[in-house]
Amino acid sequence: MSIYRTHILFPVDEGTVQSGVLEVKRRLESELKARKLQNEIKVLESGSVGLVGKGVILAVYPDRIYYFHVKEEDVPRIIEEHLLKGRVVADLDHAPVVSLATASGTAMSPEKAGARVGLTREQRRIVLDKAWTVDPDNINEVLAAGGYRALEKIFSEKITPEAVIEELKRSGLRGRGGAGFPTGMKWEFTRKAAGMEKYIICNADEGEPGTFKDRLILEGDPHKLIEAMTIAAYAIGAGRGFVYVRGEYELSIERVQKAIDQARQFNLLGKNILETGFSFELEIRKGAGAYICGEETALIESLEGKRGNPRVKPPYPVTHGLWQKPTAVNNVETLANVPAIIANGADWFRRIGTDKCPGTKVFTILGHVEYPGLIETDMGTPLREIIFSFGGGMKGGKKFKAALLGGAAGVFLSDSLLDVRMDFESLKENKAVLGSGAVLVMNEDTSIVDMLFSIAKFFAHESCGQCSPCRIGTQQILQIIYRIRRGQGKQGDLETLLQLAEAMFKSSLCPLGQSLVMPVKSALENFADEFAANLK
Amino acid sequence: MKRETILKRYEPRADNLLGILHDIQNASPEHYLSDADLRAVADFLGLAYSFVYGVATFYTMYSLKPRGKNLIRVCQSPPCHLLGSSTIARELIKLLGIGFGETTADKRFTLEMTSCLGVCGVAPAMMVNDRVYGNLTPERIAGIIDGLRSGK
Repeated sequence: MSIYRTHILFPVDEGTVQSGVLEVKRRLESELKARKLQNEIKVLESGSVGLVGKGVILAVYPDRIYYFHVKEEDVPRIIEEHLLKGRVVADLDHAPVVSLATASGTAMSPEKAGARVGLTREQRRIVLDKAWTVDPDNINEVLAAGGYRALEKIFSEKITPEAVIEELKRSGLRGRGGAGFPTGMKWEFTRKAAGMEKYIICNADEGEPGTFKDRLILEGDPHKLIEAMTIAAYAIGAGRGFVYVRGEYELSIERVQKAIDQARQFNLLGKNILETGFSFELEIRKGAGAYICGEETALIESLEGKRGNPRVKPPYPVTHGLWQKPTAVNNVETLANVPAIIANGADWFRRIGTDKCPGTKVFTILGHVEYPGLIETDMGTPLREIIFSFGGGMKGGKKFKAALLGGAAGVFLSDSLLDVRMDFESLKENKAVLGSGAVLVMNEDTSIVDMLFSIAKFFAHESCGQCSPCRIGTQQILQIIYRIRRGQGKQGDLETLLQLAEAMFKSSLCPLGQSLVMPVKSALENFADEFAANLK
Repeated sequence: MKRETILKRYEPRADNLLGILHDIQNASPEHYLSDADLRAVADFLGLAYSFVYGVATFYTMYSLKPRGKNLIRVCQSPPCHLLGSSTIARELIKLLGIGFGETTADKRFTLEMTSCLGVCGVAPAMMVNDRVYGNLTPERIAGIIDGLRSGK
């Protein structure tokens, strides 16, 4: 392997491709070749940085400088000035790459953190630590950056499956898919369930509106997911696993498949992993466009080749899952925490975040903010900091009106709750939810009635139709909100809306039907005047 | 690729149903699953035709109707809605002269709504076949459609 003095990284995602990243990259490569620099400077593609609206982005290492909005014609200057003379091209939009405290767990200094706003602010990244600093298609780079270290530790220190589960329980890791169930306990139930044949499934059917965190993990660091699933399989005693990916996520599927193939070549996956006698087979399964399949039992049905209708629980998948065998279903972000916990220990993990919700959380910041995009920060970070520091505040100096937390199955908050801390417990105390970590910000010009209409439309479309409360309830709610939105609401409509949503909460089969009450109730409670004004 | 060739790559197990339907639809120049496709898959897997039909109609990515060369899918989820996706939808209806779920007479465009595409950072967004277009405005839409019409 040759040694390069400088690495140039191009984060490749939908946004940057649209801005022409591949053309800029080609130009840079040919210009480097023309100057015979191709053996000194290495050009690489990486996963997304989570920055949006910054055009083509490139990062120069080891100088740790980002350039934004890079055009093909800027390439010669970047080479002449920066790569040859070592001077940052000052008139191009640029910023230092933040020092991301990762596995070492060094604390974020508040002074430094507050010094800059926006998504390039310092973040503590555990699940996304490698997502934009390594080439996800190259396992050698991943290994050099510490990938598969946790798996190696388990085997070299002969850590038993029970001890892995114990460590995870002690770490306090909770499911990041929305429900917040303790991961260690889920694994323990699956391990202790009767039967020899067990499965581990990664839920990568990311469909909650406003959420794309899992995609960035799948695209940016697929090996972390493979390592985590292998550890999970070892802990629960599974021989086979599945990654169920949203059908629309073509690039994710491609990168995870490539990573699986490479891991197999390196004997980190497949038969007799690292000569330990432990075998684990991992396959990708592609969804086909159904939000409901994010619900674990619907996902299992879909994996079996059926319509994604949720099952009645109990029994739970930990005892009766895929093909009625004990199955652990974990979200992508949850699994992505596992290698760091095993490598650094539960005590390290517990020092991050809050007492009851240790660790970090990935948030997507969207809507009327200056810098929409994705960040990873400690659990318990105040909402105000997420919107006004990471998100850069309200776009165009408008006034904040509301935030929808957790996607469509989320809760509308007004400005009185801007200081709420973003973790499972604090949000629950305030009748809100963390959900998938989506933060949709709305300014003073937004109609909450119109937003609730959009949510009701989504639910009515995505209801699987299996149970009547949800099938009929979502349609009724949509019709009433449609009426209210047109200013044709009748007296008593608001009460009916609440009654319907409450009835769905109590009687629907699965979380889809049960959760429409959250946006409906929070919108009606926090923005009552707006709804009342639309009644006749 | 022919249907038979695709089927041969799979073991005849029920859990391969979604993957087989994906592959057959992707190989179809009109991006859809024909009745003959569904029957052949049902035979191959030993499943009832009604079961296969039930699955094919449950998932939004499958279509039982022929679709145009350019499949336009407009994101209508709340983040895109907030930033004006309904204006985009109206503009597309006007420009193409078709409603959602319809295909133009020349078979060049099909218009569909889609749930969150996961590109909310560039909302409002849409996909044309495999390509994502973000930060849409009515003016940009006109340009994109013109580009697709001239066969770019």
